[in-house]
Amino acid sequence: MNEDWALYEVFIRARSGLEHKHVGSLHAADARMALEHARDTYTRRQEGVSIWVVRSSDIVASDPGEAESLFEPARDKVYRHPTFYTIPEDVKNI
Amino acid sequence: MYTQALDSPGPELASAVPAAEAERERRFQERIDRDEKIEPKDWMPEAYRQTLIRQIAQHAHSEIVGMLPEGNWITRAPSLRRKAVLVAKVQDEGGHGMYLYSAAETLGVSRGELIGQLLAGRAKYSSIFNYPTLTWADIGAIGWLVDGAAIMNQIPLCRCSYGPYARAMVRICKEESFHQRQGYEIMLTLARSGTRAQREMAQDALNRWWWPSLMMFGPSDTDSVHTAQSMRWRIKRFTNDELRQKFIDATVPQARFLGLSIPDADLRWDEATQHYATGPIDWSEFQAVLKGEGPCNRERMGARRAAHESGQWVREAAAAYADKQRARPASGRSGYAQAS
Repeated sequence: MNEDWALYEVFIRARSGLEHKHVGSLHAADARMALEHARDTYTRRQEGVSIWVVRSSDIVASDPGEAESLFEPARDKVYRHPTFYTIPEDVKNI
Repeated sequence: MYTQALDSPGPELASAVPAAEAERERRFQERIDRDEKIEPKDWMPEAYRQTLIRQIAQHAHSEIVGMLPEGNWITRAPSLRRKAVLVAKVQDEGGHGMYLYSAAETLGVSRGELIGQLLAGRAKYSSIFNYPTLTWADIGAIGWLVDGAAIMNQIPLCRCSYGPYARAMVRICKEESFHQRQGYEIMLTLARSGTRAQREMAQDALNRWWWPSLMMFGPSDTDSVHTAQSMRWRIKRFTNDELRQKFIDATVPQARFLGLSIPDADLRWDEATQHYATGPIDWSEFQAVLKGEGPCNRERMGARRAAHESGQWVREAAAAYADKQRARPASGRSGYAQAS
């Protein structure tokens, strides 16, 4: 068995105005093949108008084991949400 | 799907004591019980990982081998419409294999290993694909019954506890409903508006595919080794027998509409259970086909290996081309745009 081709992550923009969204991954010998395979694998039913492919090894990911401490600082900052503030009912348009 | 290349570093502590392990398993089970999804980089018991690798790989292999019985009829489809539909369906099956291999790879097994196991004859795939497609009606029966059974099996997998597998299944289920409908349409054409010979051909296909389709749900609950644990882990949501019964209840009226009869003398509606009751399934046939003694096991593997070997030069050429492109100065490369 040959060694596997590099792994790419595939992101698709469903239509203009929307962001690219991760849809899956595939193996390809180079970037151009990754794009072509992404077209055949993930857009057989007009799921997109634009494709990004990124080598999986180039993605830096956070560690779920450290999610607690990574996201903890935001937990006690409810004042970042509009509902934190009480405005008298007589005041409109705010 | 995320893949194992994204796994963050941080090897498990080798000195982990069994008590700590038990505590982790307890917390893992609690997450499952809360219906949380497990993602590739999350801690999981080794047995959970191995169970998923086995199940997803078998599923992926089934999609790939499943292209063969139908591919057999692409050049002989009776009209251009049927041919275009069949090509699209077979291409979908290939795509489904790709989604599933990707999902399996997130668990730490490589694509090469999985395909190597299939080609070496060490991997299992669905027993159904070891039966021959003798007539055009078989293509109708496969879409209607085989894809119908597969959908019944796969819909609950969309809620499976392992994220990448569940996401692959959502995509697959969405694409697969046309597979069943096009099959039923073929059966309708043959059985309702066809000649006498075409009606007989449809009945013959139902006769041959009915029992193997029921076997697709796997052994009876009393003999299924993995069911209890898989249900605890919420990989499975229903038992084999429950899903088989659902399929029978849905399919019997569809056969009736076609004017065809189910090849089971014991089949009857049971007023008490509100389900159809069937005769016994011949499990010795199922076991024999799984062991490689089905009508087409050798032919299927032979075709798979031949396809792999005759594609070798393409893979080599693509790799050589990629190497050459990489060796060139950056300004000489073109053909794709920067992300924008």
